[in-house]
Amino acid sequence: MADFEAFKVSRRGVLAGGTVSVAATSVPVVRARAAAQPATPTVPVSLKVNGKEHKLMLDTRTTLLDALREHIKLTGTKKGCDHGQCGACTVIVNGTRINSCLSFAVMHEGDEVTTIEGLGTPDNLHPMQAAFVKHDGYQCGYCTPGQICSAVSVLEEIRKGVPSHVTDDLEGPMKPTNMEMRERMSGNICRCGAYSNIAEAMAEVAGEKA
Amino acid sequence: MRAFTYQRASSAAEAAKVVYNNREAKFLAGGTNLIDLMKIEVETPTHLVDVNGLGLDEIAPTEEGGLRIGALVTNTACAADERVRRDYGVLTRAIVAGASGQLRNKATTGGNLLQRTRCPYFYDTNQACNKRKPGSGCAAIGGASRQLGIIGVSDKCIATYPGDMAVALRVLDAVVETVKPDGTTRAIPIAEFHRLWGDTPEIETALEPGEFITAVVLPKPLGGKHLYHKVRDRRSYAFALVSVAAVIQPDGTGRVAIGGIAPKPWRVESADAALPDVAAAARALTAGASPTEENKFKIALVERTLAGVMAEARS
Repeated sequence: MADFEAFKVSRRGVLAGGTVSVAATSVPVVRARAAAQPATPTVPVSLKVNGKEHKLMLDTRTTLLDALREHIKLTGTKKGCDHGQCGACTVIVNGTRINSCLSFAVMHEGDEVTTIEGLGTPDNLHPMQAAFVKHDGYQCGYCTPGQICSAVSVLEEIRKGVPSHVTDDLEGPMKPTNMEMRERMSGNICRCGAYSNIAEAMAEVAGEKA
Repeated sequence: MRAFTYQRASSAAEAAKVVYNNREAKFLAGGTNLIDLMKIEVETPTHLVDVNGLGLDEIAPTEEGGLRIGALVTNTACAADERVRRDYGVLTRAIVAGASGQLRNKATTGGNLLQRTRCPYFYDTNQACNKRKPGSGCAAIGGASRQLGIIGVSDKCIATYPGDMAVALRVLDAVVETVKPDGTTRAIPIAEFHRLWGDTPEIETALEPGEFITAVVLPKPLGGKHLYHKVRDRRSYAFALVSVAAVIQPDGTGRVAIGGIAPKPWRVESADAALPDVAAAARALTAGASPTEENKFKIALVERTLAGVMAEARS
């Protein structure tokens, strides 16, 4: 229960509280199972998230995504499919974007993780966040944190010369064209269909850097 | 997901020994396929040996003039390596044709070779699957088989090897280097690495229990044009219906391997010999095919995809 006290009363808080009361009614069942089974393996994990150290004790099964959302309480990163298909959980680990749902937190001992909360703040937006606002790069917003983390990394990958499926010349300089943006963002699904505006937001940020 | 204990390996040989001594243990590298399968309990290891701290993440020249790609080099790092882009373009093209940017950043060279089939019946634990549960039958035979294999399959399993990278490695005649639980090493030609299903579709590679991949070695560059064409139901981030990896010389001769049709990257000596005759090469590649009603279109698609590759090679 203490886990949820960090939240003020909000839609999320009500939902979370609801989950707790359901869990509370099933406590005897959980205990009976726990007695019959060996203890669940837990491991210490240290993560540096958005510049801040976190020392956690986690079930080995905890994904990086669940560590961020449920333990560190950074709920900006979203759980969509939980199978690496939608990209809503995209975060930047040691400078590289990955699906946080397909990685165990314990694999990230000492890693530096950047989530949407670490890119910018409402008063000081990251240029990509500002561009998404300007170009309407979202509608419902659920996929947006993953889209923005991915978009920031895509421009970095182009800068570093990582080729894509639509790169004509593998040896030439990579260019941030609209087709490149679309191909490189294919691991981020947007149910509202904001794709063309996302590509325009990315083009603006890429242009500013060039 | 089933509970599991976790350890970080201190050496490749130690990792091999641990996994050999505990048949419920598995290696954990990028984890992009394994963790997905653990979530749906197709994979249920009770112990994971994390090999990410072993190094094995460099690409170095070999004495023979080729490249040794460490097993833990990510797909992105391999595809972006300047030497790979310049001398083994088919490998870069194949890698970037698969998965998404996020997945390629995490997935490794060794793990990619070991990815499991994407047959929907393998994924659905309510269905019969000889690969997931030997002896339970094959729900894919007579089921939805559009994506599945047309050649090299058996009456026990019609799944395909799903990857792109290995199709390019097959054209390049790469070699897989391993370490065994007793500490000895061996080199397995890519042609012998993936096996046909036969009566034991649960055995997918030539690896012995506990044997651990340490590197993939590319022979010296072949020259020629390096091409990878992939036909799929959407333009990006989908598995191949048919793919063609090719290295074609200026006179139209060369090598081709096909993905998406068989339990392994499909390469046939007589097809290489028939080039640049597309029809003859395609006939050789699909000789003996036993497709289903739903996937017999792949026979024509092999020829058409190959024709596209040869047209681009000429351009």
